[in-house]
Amino acid sequence: MSAESRTLTSASQESLEASLYEARQKIHPRAVSGIFASWRWIFVWVTQLVFYGVCWLPWNGRQAVLFDLVERKFYIFGLVFWPQDVFWLAVLLIISAYSLFLFTAIAGRLWCGYACPQTVYTSMFIWIEKLVEGDRNARIKLDGAPMGGAKLARRAVKYGLWVALALWTGFTFVGYFTPIKTLASSLASLSLGPWEWFWFLFYGGFTYLMAGHLREQVCLYMCPYARFQGVMFDPDTLTVTYDGERGEPRGTRRKGDDYKAAGKGDCVDCDLCVAVCPTGIDIRKGLQYECIGCAACIDACDQVMAKMDYPKGLIRYSTENAIAEHWGWKEIVAHIVRPRVVLYSAILGLIVLAFAWGLATKASLRVDVIRDRGTLAREVEDGLIENVFRLQVMNVSETPHRYAVTVNGLDKIDLVGERIFEVPAAAARGFVVSVRVPPEAGKTGSNTIYFDVKSMADQQVAVHEKAIFIIP
Amino acid sequence: MDFNNTSDFVSGFWSMYVIVLTLVSVAGCGVFLLIQDKAKTNAGSTTGHVWDENLEEYSNPLPNWWRWMFYITVVFALVYLALYPGLGGMGGSFGWSMRGQWDAEMKKADEQYAPIFNKFLKQDIRAVAANQEAREIGQRLFLTYCTQCHGSDAKGGKGFPNLADSDWLWGGTPDKIRESVAKGRDAMMPAKGTKPDLTAEEIKDLSSYVRSLSGLSADAGRAAKGKELFPAACAACHGPEGKGNMGLAPNLTDKVWIYGSSEAEINNGITHGRVNRMPAWGEFLGEAKVHLLTAYVYGLGGGAKEDPAPEAPAAPAAAEAAAPVAVEKK
Repeated sequence: MSAESRTLTSASQESLEASLYEARQKIHPRAVSGIFASWRWIFVWVTQLVFYGVCWLPWNGRQAVLFDLVERKFYIFGLVFWPQDVFWLAVLLIISAYSLFLFTAIAGRLWCGYACPQTVYTSMFIWIEKLVEGDRNARIKLDGAPMGGAKLARRAVKYGLWVALALWTGFTFVGYFTPIKTLASSLASLSLGPWEWFWFLFYGGFTYLMAGHLREQVCLYMCPYARFQGVMFDPDTLTVTYDGERGEPRGTRRKGDDYKAAGKGDCVDCDLCVAVCPTGIDIRKGLQYECIGCAACIDACDQVMAKMDYPKGLIRYSTENAIAEHWGWKEIVAHIVRPRVVLYSAILGLIVLAFAWGLATKASLRVDVIRDRGTLAREVEDGLIENVFRLQVMNVSETPHRYAVTVNGLDKIDLVGERIFEVPAAAARGFVVSVRVPPEAGKTGSNTIYFDVKSMADQQVAVHEKAIFIIP
Repeated sequence: MDFNNTSDFVSGFWSMYVIVLTLVSVAGCGVFLLIQDKAKTNAGSTTGHVWDENLEEYSNPLPNWWRWMFYITVVFALVYLALYPGLGGMGGSFGWSMRGQWDAEMKKADEQYAPIFNKFLKQDIRAVAANQEAREIGQRLFLTYCTQCHGSDAKGGKGFPNLADSDWLWGGTPDKIRESVAKGRDAMMPAKGTKPDLTAEEIKDLSSYVRSLSGLSADAGRAAKGKELFPAACAACHGPEGKGNMGLAPNLTDKVWIYGSSEAEINNGITHGRVNRMPAWGEFLGEAKVHLLTAYVYGLGGGAKEDPAPEAPAAPAAAEAAAPVAVEKK
C-alpha cells in the first residue's frame, strides 16, 4: 500500500496493478514530545480521570452518576432523568454534533487527534507497549526477532498489562449501570449477572482489540466520522500542513551547511514525521484522508528544525489559502470568522443556552392527563355531566410529595372525591378523578379545562395541564 | 396444532424454492469471494464514477482483514440457517420459534408473578377486598382489562354498568361477581318486549309510564295508558311493579338507567330491543387474577354485604335457558 495511492488529490496518482486486498503493515509510531503531544496527554488525563473516577463519587446516599436501566432512571448528580427525558439526550447529541462541526470547520480533525476514545486509548496502550518493549525501533526489532524466552516474556507482560487495563475499563463501564461498589464485590466473588458479565467482557474485549491491535484500522476503515469530517473542511480550515515551498527540494545535509546554495529546501528528509505518524502516512504528500490531525509530525519536525537552527513550523497548522497566499497568523485568524463558522457558533450557542436554562429550571413534577377512552361522558344524579380522567403524576424529585389537585375552566366545575394524592420519591402514580359540571356550563362537544396539581409543601412545584371535557 | 412448526407455505414447492434460492445465493457469495482472491485492481486509478463535481471513487485495495470478515459472513449464514428457521419451511435444529419464545417468556413471567397473585387465592373475597396490596394489584388489573368499558373509576357509561354502586344486574355477592368476570354475561331484551304488535304511540305511552316509575317527569295521560300496556308487554321479565328480576331484567323504578333515561332512549330501547354482552375472562386471566378482580370490584363499595339465603344450585341447562332472556337495564 503506498500512501500516495490514497492521497486526496488525484493529480499525483500513479496506477499500479495490485491484489484486491492488501496486507496490513504494522505501524509502530515513535514516541514524540512537544506542545501538541502535551495537549493530547492533557486530554487523555482529563477524559480518563472523569471516566474512571466519576463512577466512584457518592451523592445523597447513592452513586452520583448512575444509569439505572432496570428502574429506567438516570441519575446525574442532583438530576434524575426519566424515559420521558430522552429529549435531553437528543439535545446533548445535537450539541455534540454542532461542536464537532464547529471545531472541524475551524481546525480540522481536532476531535480525532486529541479527544476521541480511539486516540486516547491507543495512546495509553502504546504507552504501555513502549514501557515494556521500548520505542519504535526496539519494537520493530522485537517483531522481527524469533520467538524466544525474552520475547515471550515481554509479550506476556505487555498483553497482561493491556488485558488488565481493558478489564478495568470494562468494569468501569458497567459500573455506570450497576452501582460500582456492589459490582466490585460481586466481581470479587465472580457472581455478576449474565448481562453484567457480557458487557464487562464485551466492552473490555473491544477496548483491548481496538486500542491494542486494530488502532489506525479503526480510523481508516471503520469510523464514519473520520470520513464525513472531510466535507466540513474548506480552504480556510486549519489542517496539519507541510510547507512544500519552503521544504522542497528536500535533502540530507550537515548542520551549518549552506543548503540554500546547494539548491535544497528546509526539509532535511529525516523521515521523523513518518516515524511518529500513528496512521503511517507521509504528511509531505499533502492532506490525506488517513490524517487524524494529531500533530505528532509537527512536534517531531519542530524538534529537528530547532536542532538545525532553522525556524520552526515547516510542518504546522495552516490553511490551504494561507499556504497559497503566503498568509501569516493575522490573516489566518481573520479568516476564521466566515459564514459557516458564524452559523455553527450561533446555533451551538443558542442550543447550549437553551439546554442550560432547561436543566436549571427542570420541573420536579410532571402530570399527564389521560381521558378515559371507554366513557366519553356520562350523566349522573341531578343531571350533572361527569367525565373521568386518569392523572399520571410523576414525582421526579428525590423526596415524597403530597399534591393537591384542582380543576377549572368551566362554570361550577368540580372534582368528585379525593383531591389530595401522595407520591413517593422518584415514583409515578396514577389517580382516577371524576369531574362534574352542569350541562349548561359549556357547549356541546369539547370544552377546554385545566388541571392544577400543586405540591402541598412547595407551591412552586406546580403543573398546569390542559384537558378536554366532553358534554354530550 | 403444533404452533412451533407451522409454515407460512401451503405448498411444499415454495419451501423448496426458498431453500434453493437462499443456498445458491450464499454459495454464490462464497464462490465470488474465492474468485476475487486472485483478482487484481489498479490501485490509484479511479472507477470513473464522479459525484459532486470532483468526488471520485478509487480502485484502491481493501484491507485484508475485510476478506476474512466476508468469509465469516458466509459461514455465519450457513450455521445460522442450520440452527434457526430461515430455509423455507425448515425449523432449524434449535427448534426456535417466535411462538416458542413467547411461551417461554410467559412461562418465566408466570413463575415470577404467579406467587404474588396466588397468595390471595385461598383468602375469602371480603378479606382480599380489605387488603391494601390486593387492592392495588386489583386496580392495576382493572385498569388494564376492564377500563375500556367500565371506565377507570368503574362507574361505567352508556351501555356499560356502574360497578361502584350497589345496583347489580347479575348479583353483587362475591360468587356472582366472580361468575360475571369469569364466565361473562349475555343480555337480551326483545324488541317490543312480549307484545310484538306494539304501535309507536303505545311505545311512547310505555316510555312515559316507566319514566314515571323512576320519578322522572312524564305525561300523565300517556303514563296512564302505558300502565295498562305494561303487564302484557314488560311484566314477564321486569315484574308486575317494574322492579326487575336479578339476572333477568333490570329494575325500572330506580334512578339507574344504563342506556340513558331520556324518552328518546327509552323509546329506542323498546322499539329495537337491547343486546349486550360482557366477555368471559376466566380462561384468559386465570383463576388468581379473576379472584383479585372480583375482590377489587366487590370492594368498590357496592358489594352485597350479605349472601342471599342459600338456594339449590341451578342445573346448567336451566342457567343457560335463563340467560338469553335477560336484561335491559338502567
